[in-house]
Amino acid sequence: MTTPAATPAPAPVRRGTARRLLANPVGAASSIVLVVIVFCAVAAPLLTSYAPSDSALKDVLAEASAAHPLGADGSGRDIWTQLLYGARQSLIAGTIATAVAIIIGVPAGLISGYRGRRLDTALSWVSDLVMSLPAIIVLLAVISRTGPVMPVVMVAFGLLTAPFFYRITRSSTLAVRNELFVDAAQVAGLTPLRILARHVLPTVRGPILIQGALVLGMAIVAQAGLEFLGLGDPSTPSWGTMLNDALRNIYVAPQLIVFPGLALGITSCALALLGAALNDSLSRRDTAAVRPAPRAKAPRAASATTAASSDGVASSDGVASAAATTGLSPASTAGAALVVDGLRVSYGATEVVHGVSFTVQPGEVVGLVGESGSGKTQVALASLGLLPDTARPVLRGLGIDGVDATGFTDRDFRRVRGTRIAYVPQEPLSNLDPAFTVGYQLIEPMRHHLKISKAEAHNKAVALLARVGITEPEATMARYPHQLSGGMAQRVLIAAAVSCDPALLIADEPTTALDVTVQAEVLDLLRDLQRESRMAILIVTHNFGVVADLCDRVLVMRSGEVVEQGTAATILTAPQHEYTRALLGASLDSAPSRRDRDRALTAASAVSSTDSSLTASETTHA
Amino acid sequence: MVRFLLTRFGGAVVLAFIVSTGTFFLLSTAGADPAAALLGIDATSAQIAVKRAELGLDAPLPSRYLNWLGGALTGNLGTSWSTNQQVSSLIATRLPVTLSLAVGAILLSSVLGITLGYISAIKRGWLDRTLQFVVVIGYGLPGFWVALVLSTVFAVQLGWFPATGYTPFTQSPTGWAGTVILPIVALTLGVAASIAQQTRDSVLDVLRQGYVRTLRSRGLPHWRVLVLHVLRNAAAAPLGVISLQFIGLLGGAIMVENVFALPGLGTFAVSSSISSDVPAILGIVVVGAVTVVIVNLILDSVMAWLNPKVRTR
Repeated sequence: MTTPAATPAPAPVRRGTARRLLANPVGAASSIVLVVIVFCAVAAPLLTSYAPSDSALKDVLAEASAAHPLGADGSGRDIWTQLLYGARQSLIAGTIATAVAIIIGVPAGLISGYRGRRLDTALSWVSDLVMSLPAIIVLLAVISRTGPVMPVVMVAFGLLTAPFFYRITRSSTLAVRNELFVDAAQVAGLTPLRILARHVLPTVRGPILIQGALVLGMAIVAQAGLEFLGLGDPSTPSWGTMLNDALRNIYVAPQLIVFPGLALGITSCALALLGAALNDSLSRRDTAAVRPAPRAKAPRAASATTAASSDGVASSDGVASAAATTGLSPASTAGAALVVDGLRVSYGATEVVHGVSFTVQPGEVVGLVGESGSGKTQVALASLGLLPDTARPVLRGLGIDGVDATGFTDRDFRRVRGTRIAYVPQEPLSNLDPAFTVGYQLIEPMRHHLKISKAEAHNKAVALLARVGITEPEATMARYPHQLSGGMAQRVLIAAAVSCDPALLIADEPTTALDVTVQAEVLDLLRDLQRESRMAILIVTHNFGVVADLCDRVLVMRSGEVVEQGTAATILTAPQHEYTRALLGASLDSAPSRRDRDRALTAASAVSSTDSSLTASETTHA
Repeated sequence: MVRFLLTRFGGAVVLAFIVSTGTFFLLSTAGADPAAALLGIDATSAQIAVKRAELGLDAPLPSRYLNWLGGALTGNLGTSWSTNQQVSSLIATRLPVTLSLAVGAILLSSVLGITLGYISAIKRGWLDRTLQFVVVIGYGLPGFWVALVLSTVFAVQLGWFPATGYTPFTQSPTGWAGTVILPIVALTLGVAASIAQQTRDSVLDVLRQGYVRTLRSRGLPHWRVLVLHVLRNAAAAPLGVISLQFIGLLGGAIMVENVFALPGLGTFAVSSSISSDVPAILGIVVVGAVTVVIVNLILDSVMAWLNPKVRTR
């Protein structure tokens, strides 16, 4: 929810990455395979008694024997020897191409990303041009003039693959360039070269390594491919020429394709896997703390005892019976718009909501107040059954508009969402589907829930847009989300939420992302809609102004618990809990920015709260 | 939308022009004297001079270029040095073979890749892990080697398909299918793997978007959200990969044609390369560039249809 305050430090490839790579079974296995291949190439003369050119007429297409462990090829040469010396050719060719690609691509990307402007446009254009060339055709054109001289061809291949390095370097440089610390370094008088070397190179080293493994594999395959086509030197042993020999003998000795093909395939797969493992261990470093938790689609009902234990998965396969025994009594759900009883939410081993219970009466507006990371959004989403897949919610009971929703699956929730319970999100622009018109997104739920015709739904949607204060409702129907302002988008989202006449609206910080002037209008709109339709609203907010404006009752949350609740008037005038007082004090400062307020709150709660992981996990999932 | 496509079309024309011009000058200036190379080491300098005049190499480079460009714009790509036939007609008979392979492979890979990637992103679990493994294998195994294995097993050993040769579609559709099926399968493996990977990552990314949660909050049917909204938004990334993959496929088709001895651009390109047949190579590069440009235009249009930000600028 808040932007991380700390400046993201450049993330260099530390020794930890190498260790993590080897700890990963895929990374370790592919590294070992590659080391073995390099060893075979280097120590080829020690591993075979033949010279690569040794051939004997009597051995043509010989089968495996003591003299030829893998047999002999169509010219009577030992296959094992050919494989060993072929590895040399492959590795040399691949190294030339990769080195050229890096030497050209990385500096070009650094300059392009750092300088930007016209140079960037020009270099990017060249890069796109090169990427749209079919590499093999270009290499054939090169060979037609230079002859099959492998180093030259591999230099050309390096030029053709340089855009891969250019692109990743450019985008990483651009990202770092826009960070504050580069400006700071400039102010401190560091030369661009030193800034690039110090701050940019460390962040692009990882992606370059990954790309390097992939390009090395591509180059090795391309070189073998050209030699397979007969565009190599037949007297130099290589995997490609071996396959060419195999193709010529395909009817008499089909087994010849096996070993060079395996050598090529294993090398190329090992490099691809190494790239994937590198990617894993580099990204693991960034998100070291977050471990994927077992998936849970819907809140699970649990008895009070299992809910109390840290492992609350007990009743997932007995949802119905659990609901029957631990669900809400008819008396407690009857009439209420929302009943939440004993809600706990955890991510992996970290519990972020520790047993929250409350009720929202029909037509009542309840504010759920707390600082970032207090778990208030988690409570709101759990009520809708819309927590992220990594969340594990457990609750004693849940009632939505008089329906016992304890142990609801996602399918069950779908029957109440839209019609009984609706949702207005925090960031309006990222919550409209960018690929569909406003009209489509309004009509879609109405046609589904109200079973009305397209024309009828269209008219209703236009009326709704007019009702939420959009001046050109017909024209807006045909617009796409990217053509709307934030305030308009939020009005559209509110219109969509109330379109099927829900009994309860859950609004998650509905004004936080908007301009101050628009905030007031949207709050007015919500209040008017609430009065007209008598729907209940649960509004998540950090802003006591919103509370004073809108709410009948307030729940104050801190660190996953409700610390105080009462009528809005009581909480605003006579807060009991010291945390409420701190929140209120911070909120009433003259024109506080969010950052100021958060800082004040952090200072205020630092005394009693030490749970910093909570903020992190709500930032990730909210 | 129209303006977007016109811009793209203009860019495409410029691209094809630059590639062919660059190739022309590269092939005309680098390397040994082609006339001497064609005649062999025994040729006298008088013979070489005659040959140069015959090939038109005695004219200055700019006028040769304008000559060639004028011809190329009217569909005349010159005469092949090694066969004395028109390059345009040589390419015209061979292009359908290569396009059969490349288009067949890109369609099959797109269907397979998008389906597999989509399902494994939605289902996760063992299916997803298996796919991750298959993707690396598909990516790592060289297409021409897969072609060699398929040819050995299904054509040479089992005799289910012809091992070599090509039957035109107009002659016999089933015969045509028999000759292109193995090459297409060989080309598909790696491309489908890349598309599947890209689709999976893209779908997972869209599933994390706020609007998916908001759509779910409206109680829409599961399939509607997943198929209509998620798939449509996730489709842009794999489409971008498809255009790059198609470029790679043209190269892959060249390799695979040689395994199955198909009379396509690939076998032509290899023999022209070996015989230093400059007009033929030039023609192939131009046709390759134009093909890439056309495919990119088609994909750009699909992209614009999928993404209103492109359409309604």
